Amino acid sequence: MTGKGAGDGRRGAINMIDRFTRAERAVHHVTALLLFGCLITAAMLYIPELAAAVGRRGLIKSIHIWAGVALPVPALAGLLSKAFRGDVRRLNGFRPHDWEWLRRGDRRAVRGGRGVIPVGKFNAGQKLNAAFMAGAILVMLGTGLMLTFPDPFPVRLRTGATFVHDWLTLAIFAVTFGHLWYALRDPGAMAGMLTGRVTPEWAARHHPGWLDEQNPDPSALDTVGSSADEMS
Amino acid sequence: MTDKADPAYDETYDKASGKPSDKTPGKPSPVGRRVIIGMLGLGAAGIVGGATIQRAIDRALAPVSKSVSGLVPAAGGGFRFYSVVDEVKPRPPAAYTLGVTGLVKAPRTFTFADLRALGQTRITAEFHCVTGWTVPGVRWQGVLLRDLLDRVGLDPAAKALRFRSFDGAYTESLTLAQARRPDVLVATSMLGGPISHDHGGPVRLYVAPMYGYKSLKWLSGIEVVDRVVPGYWEERGYDVDAWINASNGYG
Repeated sequence: MTGKGAGDGRRGAINMIDRFTRAERAVHHVTALLLFGCLITAAMLYIPELAAAVGRRGLIKSIHIWAGVALPVPALAGLLSKAFRGDVRRLNGFRPHDWEWLRRGDRRAVRGGRGVIPVGKFNAGQKLNAAFMAGAILVMLGTGLMLTFPDPFPVRLRTGATFVHDWLTLAIFAVTFGHLWYALRDPGAMAGMLTGRVTPEWAARHHPGWLDEQNPDPSALDTVGSSADEMS
Repeated sequence: MTDKADPAYDETYDKASGKPSDKTPGKPSPVGRRVIIGMLGLGAAGIVGGATIQRAIDRALAPVSKSVSGLVPAAGGGFRFYSVVDEVKPRPPAAYTLGVTGLVKAPRTFTFADLRALGQTRITAEFHCVTGWTVPGVRWQGVLLRDLLDRVGLDPAAKALRFRSFDGAYTESLTLAQARRPDVLVATSMLGGPISHDHGGPVRLYVAPMYGYKSLKWLSGIEVVDRVVPGYWEERGYDVDAWINASNGYG
């Protein structure tokens, strides 16, 4: 689904657009690594056949707990980066076109090389994915700490924490698979997250609003100079 | 002609008005924050009401529990293996012994073969873990605990039993009255075969009317004592009398 002429974003470095800084990518990659650590050890602790085959329950449990406790750290550290703070703001905010993106069956349609909906840096699905993961990490951290240190809690609440931790795990597996499904089918998006840069053709198809923001309307190029304020 | 869009916002120019359209519809609505707050609220509600909801789900899924076990949390059909220590060294039946000591007339050590040679009792029942998962129709076989006690003979001061596990850490307790029930086994067989190491084999306790933590795994010793000594989990807040549906906040 990427712009054919421009390849998948690795070639044609001349007019590539910066999408993610090193800090933004580091937050993503470290979070992804920790999440995989949690999910793989979760499977080893939970699925009876795997649990019996792998053994070493003490070690696996320690990895699971430490990866889980560390999971919010990259995003918190990322707040030191201005670019990441900007991403958080963008991911948080829904605009009318985001609701339109969710409603419309042709949300990914492209006309004349541009996506039909003026999607910004993140589409509504990416925004919901980010919000879900943020909420999920916090809820899993809370319930996980209750299960790791159960002494202060009555049994009823421990059972409730187990219930939440178990069912939310299923949801996280589903959402993570969905995220990977869309990412792996889109080499332009992969390049964006791996190298930090994308082609303008890819941006025009998937994030036309964001592209315009980087590179305002060509007809306005002459008037939007080095300092926009001077031109107002 | 116009300001460049604030890079903190997520919008493009509105072609008709020539203004950045992020200003046109007003502030973006904080959907992300609402999703996170909503999830925290649901999580808290789940912690408070999860025990009840899980029971309803178990009942609803009971007809298909065999096919979804291991996938759907606590839907039945699947045991979860808990151990309080890192690793338990397996003990083959040939090397297994069970000591019955304390306030008894004749302390005795039973081998695995001894236990198999005594009168066997079979029980099929649903297994309930206190944390919410259940396994329907589990078959057990073994010696009634009261038969073992009759073999060694009890001192008049005997009031309770203390059980030890060869995991080196776990302990359990029963009153004499509980131990004499006809549904309390020193089990040597489970699910139609030997008790696997993960299930606490070769010999474990099975206390049918109580939550799973009473059914001590890797049974290595029974001490007859003059008062109930709370077991491993009971020192950590669980009820000593762990009746299913009538303890630990249930029922």
